Amino acid sequence: MSSKPILVLAEHDNEVLKKVTYQVITAATQLSEEITLLVVGQACDKVAEAARHIAGLKRIWIVDDLAFQQGLAENMAALIAEIGKVFSYILAPATTYGKNILPRAAALLGVAQISEITQIISADTFVRPIYAGNVQATVQSLDDIKVITVRPTAFEPAGTHQHSIPIEKIVRACGCQLSSLIAIQNVLSKRPELGAARIVVAGGRGLLSAENFKLLEDIADKLGAAVGASRAAVDAGFIANNYQIGQTGKVVAPDLYIAVGISGAIQHVAGMKESKVIVAINKDADAPIFQIADYGLIGDLFQILPALDQELASQIDKK
Amino acid sequence: MKCLVSVKRVIDYNVKVRIKMDGSGVETENVKMSMNPFDEIAVEEAMRLKEAGIITEIVAVSVGRKSAEETLRVALARGADRAILIETERELEPLNIAKILKSVVEKEACDLVIMGKQAIDDDSNQTGQMLAGLLGWAQGTNASKLEIKLAEKIAEVTREVDGGLEILKLILPAVITTDLRLNEPRYISLPNVMRAKTKTIHYLAIADLNVELKVHLKLLKVEPPAVRRAGIKVSGVKELVDKLKNEAKVI
Repeated sequence: MSSKPILVLAEHDNEVLKKVTYQVITAATQLSEEITLLVVGQACDKVAEAARHIAGLKRIWIVDDLAFQQGLAENMAALIAEIGKVFSYILAPATTYGKNILPRAAALLGVAQISEITQIISADTFVRPIYAGNVQATVQSLDDIKVITVRPTAFEPAGTHQHSIPIEKIVRACGCQLSSLIAIQNVLSKRPELGAARIVVAGGRGLLSAENFKLLEDIADKLGAAVGASRAAVDAGFIANNYQIGQTGKVVAPDLYIAVGISGAIQHVAGMKESKVIVAINKDADAPIFQIADYGLIGDLFQILPALDQELASQIDKK
Repeated sequence: MKCLVSVKRVIDYNVKVRIKMDGSGVETENVKMSMNPFDEIAVEEAMRLKEAGIITEIVAVSVGRKSAEETLRVALARGADRAILIETERELEPLNIAKILKSVVEKEACDLVIMGKQAIDDDSNQTGQMLAGLLGWAQGTNASKLEIKLAEKIAEVTREVDGGLEILKLILPAVITTDLRLNEPRYISLPNVMRAKTKTIHYLAIADLNVELKVHLKLLKVEPPAVRRAGIKVSGVKELVDKLKNEAKVI
């Protein structure tokens, strides 16, 4: 195993270390055993503490400054470009967080970024999806510093161990004042986050209205699942865009994906085909979604969903 | 305020892409090409800002083969005032495109850049962030709402992020990248198509710009993704729940 130094950028909100970071660490372990986790934020000690027991890490660096509280790309990229110079790899999750920061850091370092890798072939060769996942490209990096975003769902989360990894504080100021955060409008949900959910129940145009998404929500709540949607449902105004799964939305790979009233357009399939088990419920027997579903149920979703809800309720009662 | 909008010619989003027999790339000969959909949104947004009296001139820029002038004509029909084609046969990666665009932004003395968040061919989602970094400008990526306050020299950008929305205040000049819900591009009217023919496209070579390009990535091969096979059909809800519980063991 190589001992080339890797810097992994932790994704967090100053409180909680996101699961995607664990997945990026697994990708990093396939490249080298010399892994440093970089936690940048303000009053983010809890995040570094949470990372102390992640298997595969050598050390944790924490940069704690007001300038980094909001994870603004201008400040973050300048910092990463400065401390990243001595590393052979810089990795971040291919989330809206990582995608916002890392290309800017790569440009400051004068190197390319390799976007959203799904597989590591060798120290310099990676596989990444292009054309909305309809084509896989194998690319070789010629740069000394390889800046990479990792598609989290392509890697299992790293495990933990008893051993406690050392945390080192790094002091860096930042003069950038190009941008500031006015507000965050997080969608408050008691359900798990789409990207991290073990089960996803997604609806498409077949649901016909925003109100009918309630049918999905009932089932999601019985399964402890997240709710998602196809672009068609979003475009029709049934549900907000942050629920969108697909090429232009989120890429998910849960243990179970239940597609309801979704035809299975290429653009949607690109965002969910890595799911372990796929269930399709659709009245059109020829819908392309059935070609990738492990279990297909042909029928009227307005009859199936209440029946499914009842069946799940009776299963819960039995427990 | 002068705005640069970059546009890329890509395989039309409705076309099913075909991989070349030798796996060296994707077939683009005799395939319908269009403007990258996110770039259409960028042009539309610039046009709306122009109509609102905020932008005085829109310069559309594309980097690529001569055929990209078709895409620039569309940008002109959509409202760009003039266009620049940086002609090259080379396949250029995002960092090199960002370097070229930086040079054009400086030459043209633009105060604002609006571009697509990603191109639907290589799905890189990098160029805007890189350009902002090279220029030392603020960036607002994945924008679903943009408001320019000229007097205060700021832009307020609503960004689509994983958890919901984020609203940023950017000090101008800035680079904005568009997400799907920023706007709905209008249909191009025939008079505008005709008018576009009278607007000028300026041709430049990479040698005309003071940039040093480097190859950072080598494409080794392309292939289709692993196919997933269809499973079974179940007769009803009871069988489905039973299978998920006892066969797949996922609930």
